[in-house]
Amino acid sequence: MENSRRRFLKTAGFSILGVGAGSMLIGLAPGPSEAAGPAAETKPVFVDRPDAKHARRWGMVIDTRGLDARTCRKMEEACHSIHNVPDHIGKFGNKNHEIKWIWDTEFKHAFPGQEAEFLSDRLENAPVPVLCNHCDNPPCVRACPTRATFKREKDGIVLMDFHRCIGCRFCMAACPFGARSFNFRDPRPAIEDENPEFPTRMKGVVEKCNFCAERLAVGKMPACVEASGGALTFGDLNDPDSDIRKLLADEYAIRRKPNLGTFPSVFYIV
Amino acid sequence: MLEKALKGSKTYWMWLLALAVVFAVGFVVYLRQLEFGLGITGMSRDVTWGFYIAQFTFLVGVAASAVMLVLPYYLHDYKTFGKITVLGEFLAVASVLMCMLFIIVDLGQPMRLLNVIFYPTPNSMLFWDMIVLNGYLFLNIVIGWNVLDAERNNTAPEKWIKPLIYLSIPWAVSIHTVTAFLYCGLPGRGFWLTAVLAPRFLASAFAAGPAFLILLSFIIRRFTGFDAGTRARQTLAKIVAYAVLANLFFFLCEVFVAVYSQIPEHMSHLQYLFFGLHGHDALVPWMWSSMALMVLAVIFLIIPAARQNETTLIFSCAFVFVGTWIDKGLGMISGGFVPNPLHEVNEYIPSIPEIVITIGVYALGFLVLTLLYKVVTGVKKEVAGQG
Ligand code: SF4
Ligand code: SF4
Ligand code: SF4
Repeated sequence: MENSRRRFLKTAGFSILGVGAGSMLIGLAPGPSEAAGPAAETKPVFVDRPDAKHARRWGMVIDTRGLDARTCRKMEEACHSIHNVPDHIGKFGNKNHEIKWIWDTEFKHAFPGQEAEFLSDRLENAPVPVLCNHCDNPPCVRACPTRATFKREKDGIVLMDFHRCIGCRFCMAACPFGARSFNFRDPRPAIEDENPEFPTRMKGVVEKCNFCAERLAVGKMPACVEASGGALTFGDLNDPDSDIRKLLADEYAIRRKPNLGTFPSVFYIV
Repeated sequence: MLEKALKGSKTYWMWLLALAVVFAVGFVVYLRQLEFGLGITGMSRDVTWGFYIAQFTFLVGVAASAVMLVLPYYLHDYKTFGKITVLGEFLAVASVLMCMLFIIVDLGQPMRLLNVIFYPTPNSMLFWDMIVLNGYLFLNIVIGWNVLDAERNNTAPEKWIKPLIYLSIPWAVSIHTVTAFLYCGLPGRGFWLTAVLAPRFLASAFAAGPAFLILLSFIIRRFTGFDAGTRARQTLAKIVAYAVLANLFFFLCEVFVAVYSQIPEHMSHLQYLFFGLHGHDALVPWMWSSMALMVLAVIFLIIPAARQNETTLIFSCAFVFVGTWIDKGLGMISGGFVPNPLHEVNEYIPSIPEIVITIGVYALGFLVLTLLYKVVTGVKKEVAGQG
C-alpha cells in the first residue's frame, strides 16, 4: 500500500510533461521554479518549536462510552474558538453556510451502512463526535487540482494551504465523511472572539480540522482532546508503545467507512 | 472573414444587443458574487456543486457532440454533412467557452485560477479536464476556421489540417470522458460511482448536441435563408434517436443495479430524485418530466413519418434538449449530493442570482455563436453566389 503510493507519487513526475502540454495550449510558459512539479513539497504551515510533539502518523481514538452531550459541546467550543471558526448559524441563522471542524451526530449518521438494527438505547442516542479522519489514503488530496490540500509527509496530517486554495470544492465532493466546509462568505463578521494566534480565513476557500498542527508544533495536545475529559486519546499510530496503540490493542475499535479504502486515522470505541 | 460578422440586418443587430444586455446583467450580478462570495447561490455545505457545474457538465456534452458530424463527414466522406459540419464545430467552440466560464464563476477564488497551472497535479482529474478542454477549443477553432476559409477561396484545406481533424475525433470523446471521471472516481458518492457514467454522459451528449443543432439549423434557415439540408437533418435526427435510446438504456442499467442490489448508498439518490426522500422532493416532477420527454422524443424520432414532418421534428428535438438538460443539468449533480455522506437530506434549489449569472453566461455563449454562424452563412452564401 505504502509502497505503491510512493511509486504513484514518483510517476507524478510526468506532470512536467503535463505542464508543458497544458501551458503550451493556453499559451503560458511557466518559469523553471513553477515547473518544479509535485516534488516541491508545499511549505510547512507551522514551524516546530523545540518542545514540539512528533509522530510518524498521528491518530485519535474516541471512546464514545465516556462522552455525553455536554462534553461534546465543550470539545466543539474549544476547537471552534481557537481556530476562529465562524458561527454563521448563530450570527445569521444560515444553515447553508455552516462551518464546522468537529461536531457530534448520531451513530447512524456517523456510521451509515454500519448501523446495527437493534442498537442499545445508549448507543442509539449517544452523541458521536465526527471530524476529519486524516485518512492515510486521502481522496481529498487526490482530487485537489492545486495541492492546496496535502498530506504532511512527516506525520500524516492532512492540511490545507488557505492561500493556494482556489475554492473549486473538488475536495468536498471527494471526502466521503463530510468533514470539509466552504467559506461561502467572509467568515470574519461571524467570529465572536478572534484568536489572534490563529489565522482567520477569507471567503471562497475550504477549511477543516487540522489535528491542531499549530498546537502540536508548540508541544500541546489538540484542543478537543484536552476538553474531552479523557474520552479522546491522541498519539502516534506508528509507535507500538504509544498509549493509543495500547488502547487499540486492548479494545475493539471501528473506523468510519473502512470499505472505501481511505484508511482513517480516527478510531471509535463504541 | 471576420468582416462578415459586421454586416447584418437590423434584426441581427437587435439580437446581438439583446444578448449583450442579458450578459451585462449577469455580469453585474457576478460582481456581486465576487464581492460577497458564493453565499449568494443556493449551494450549501452539503450540496457544494450546483447549477454552474451542472451547466458545465451539460455543455461539455454539447461540445463533444460535434464529433457526430466530424466523424461521418471527414472519416467516411459523408457528403450530406458538408454544409452542417462547420456549424457543429462552431457550436463546440461556443459551448467550450461557456464551460470554461461556468468553471470560473463556480470558483471561490477565481483570481487564483492559474494555481492549477502553477502547481500542476496530475492525480487530480480537474487538471486533465483543463488540458482536454483547452485542447478541444483550440482544435475546433483552427479546424473550423481553416476549412471555412479554404471553402471561401475555393481551394482544398491545408494539408496539416487533416491530422488535426483526425485528432479531434478521439479528443471529443476524451473531453466528456474526463468530465465523467471528475465524478465517477469519488469514493462515497454512490450515485456517480458507476462505470457507466462516462458512456451515459456520451450518449446523452450525442442526443442533446445534434438535437440542438437541428433546431439551430431551422432557425438559421428562417433568418438567413441558408439551409443545411433536409437530408443532413434527417440523418442527425436518426443519430439523436439512437443516442437518446442508448442514454435511456444506460440509465435503466443503473436503476437495475441500484434497485436490485438494494445497496442504500446507491439506491437512496435515485429514490430522492424520483420519489423524494424524507419529505424532500423538489426534483421529483422534473425528473419524471425528463424521462417522459425523452421517451416521447424517441417514439417520434423513430417513426419515419413523424421524423420527416418538420413540426414534429422540431418538437422532438426540443423534447430531447430539455429532457437531457433536466437529466444532466439539474438532477445529475445535485442528485449526487443528496443525501450527503452522513446520510442526511439537505436539498438544493438554485437562487435567483445564481440563475441570472447562469443566463448571463449562456447569453455570452450565444453571442459568440451568433457571430460565428454569421460568418459561416456569409461565406456559404458568397460561395454559392460565385458558383
Ligand atoms: S476525512 Fe475527508 S477531508 Fe479528512 S482526510 Fe479523509 S477524505 Fe480528506
Ligand atoms: S477547494 Fe481548494 S483545497 Fe479543495 S480541491 Fe479545490 S483547491 Fe483544493
Ligand atoms: S484535533 Fe484540533 S482541529 Fe481537529 S477537531 Fe480537535 S481541536 Fe479541532
